[in-house]
Amino acid sequence: MKYAVWILVALLVVLHQDYWQWKNAQLDFAFLPRAITYHIFISLAAAGVWLLVIKYAWPVGSDEDPVNGSWEDVES
Amino acid sequence: MIQLGVILVYLGLLVGLGFLANRLFRGTASDFMLASHSIGPLLLLMSLFGTTMTAFALVGSTGRAYTLGVGVYGLLGSASGIIHSLCFFVIGVPLWRLGKRYGYTTQIQFFRDRLENDTLGLLLFPILVLLVICYLMLGVVGGGAVVSAVTAGAFESQGWFAAEGYGVPAWLASAVICGVVLTYVLFGGMRGAAWANTFQTSVFMVLGLVTFIVVANAIGGRDSFLENLQGASQAVSESQLSREKIPQPVYFSFLLIPLSVGMFPHVFQHWLTARSAEAFKLPIVLHPIFIMILWVPCVLLGVWASASTSGVPPGTPENAVLATLVKMHAGPVLGGLLTAGILAAIMSSLDSQFLCLGTMFTQDLLLRYCGNKELGDQRTVFMARLFIVVIVMITYLLSLFLPRAVFDLGLWSFTGFTGLFPLAVAALYWRRLTAAGAIASVLTVLASWLILFWRSGFGTNKRYGFPEADMNLGVPMMLPVVAITVASAVVLVVVSLLTTPPSKATLAKFFDGEGRRLV
Repeated sequence: MKYAVWILVALLVVLHQDYWQWKNAQLDFAFLPRAITYHIFISLAAAGVWLLVIKYAWPVGSDEDPVNGSWEDVES
Repeated sequence: MIQLGVILVYLGLLVGLGFLANRLFRGTASDFMLASHSIGPLLLLMSLFGTTMTAFALVGSTGRAYTLGVGVYGLLGSASGIIHSLCFFVIGVPLWRLGKRYGYTTQIQFFRDRLENDTLGLLLFPILVLLVICYLMLGVVGGGAVVSAVTAGAFESQGWFAAEGYGVPAWLASAVICGVVLTYVLFGGMRGAAWANTFQTSVFMVLGLVTFIVVANAIGGRDSFLENLQGASQAVSESQLSREKIPQPVYFSFLLIPLSVGMFPHVFQHWLTARSAEAFKLPIVLHPIFIMILWVPCVLLGVWASASTSGVPPGTPENAVLATLVKMHAGPVLGGLLTAGILAAIMSSLDSQFLCLGTMFTQDLLLRYCGNKELGDQRTVFMARLFIVVIVMITYLLSLFLPRAVFDLGLWSFTGFTGLFPLAVAALYWRRLTAAGAIASVLTVLASWLILFWRSGFGTNKRYGFPEADMNLGVPMMLPVVAITVASAVVLVVVSLLTTPPSKATLAKFFDGEGRRLV
């Protein structure tokens, strides 16, 4: 799963380069230029993918010192 | 005049916030610089967002969309949504853990410790300060331009400032903005900056949306909001609604620009204010949405401004497009509030940048070479404040003599930071990185940045790209950031492989026996 979410991040970067609709001046809903509509979806997808990353690829025990125990122990 | 009054009230509120934060100030250098690592998820989200969104995001995006069209959102808006969160996750979280564990306050402390080398710190310090000054100028120039454009005509009856269209001159507005931010940073320290950022981020997001609705209704001139949106967009030329004005290789190379966040010293400092690593989760997920909420309206406003129905005179300077729209289509009270919103975005970056410069000066130079015991906490905070005042004065004076489009000024600053990004990644993830490799990489960034900045006419050639048209290298022309970053990474790897890595004892602080990061 960890690798799958990183593949999704890479896919987002690839999909960001949407050269196939470069000269598309179409207005969605008669007001939103296609280049913006598409990239709104990219932004929403980015939030979704980052949600998956923090759920499945978050470093285990990231608030704790893997060697010496918790940060509080280290500070004290 | 009413607009000016509203702006002054807003600036007064910020100064009050700084005094309020000062009442909670614990008097220690750690509290002044890192708010005693007390910042939770919501404040971290707002302060990181407020810090990364500057005049570049509001004034620059609207102005550049006015000339280049709708592609500006994909160019930097949606790209930043992906890349900024990536930086928070792969650089921010590990650096927070290392900072907490080994007591780092600045990036230079980390690099010096990781590579057992003082020279690297001495080399990085002036480079980072130079790049932050370029970035600071974005806010100082952008803020002055906005206030000047919005208040034009306010002093007509008094006959003041005739040369500036009877409005507040940009130099005066920039000076007042610097003064206000200095006040709340000097009194409130990092806690004041984090509070002010949260307050200002809320202000500019809400007022940004209000601006969008007000201008759309004014330009559309029809009954419903949806019809007004449709009217405003349909009046725009086809070339503005597509991306035909942006070459594809340039669009691709813009993807590297948001990587600069990974090396911003002020963002590093905000990362270290986090209460826990868990606090990073909210900013990582919501940052792309926040960018969308801010950038989409700004880009649409810029595109609409290019149509004759907007009333914006053809040839309006990019920096003045947003302010002109606000002035033309909002009443005086709302116009003042909207201008305050624009200033909020600008000042929420300036404060962190001011503070990080003071922190770097005291931590990387003063305490390193004078010693903590000799200085003490009170004197350290005093010296940090003094350095901040000096740098702000230098930046302000430079902004008077080096006026340039906000967008281009920002790009050159971000280009330098992105060039240093390979160093940040290698220091965290590559055990084989050496001090010589890091120094060679930093020198490569410095040399290539200076050469290309000079070749671009010191930023005046907005279309400058590398390789230049007459070089015939078989590579399409892209933003200079690509060449600088590639050169930096190649030099870093090659020189590191040819030289000796840090001692095993130092490596053991950061990596386990199999080369995995310890924290």
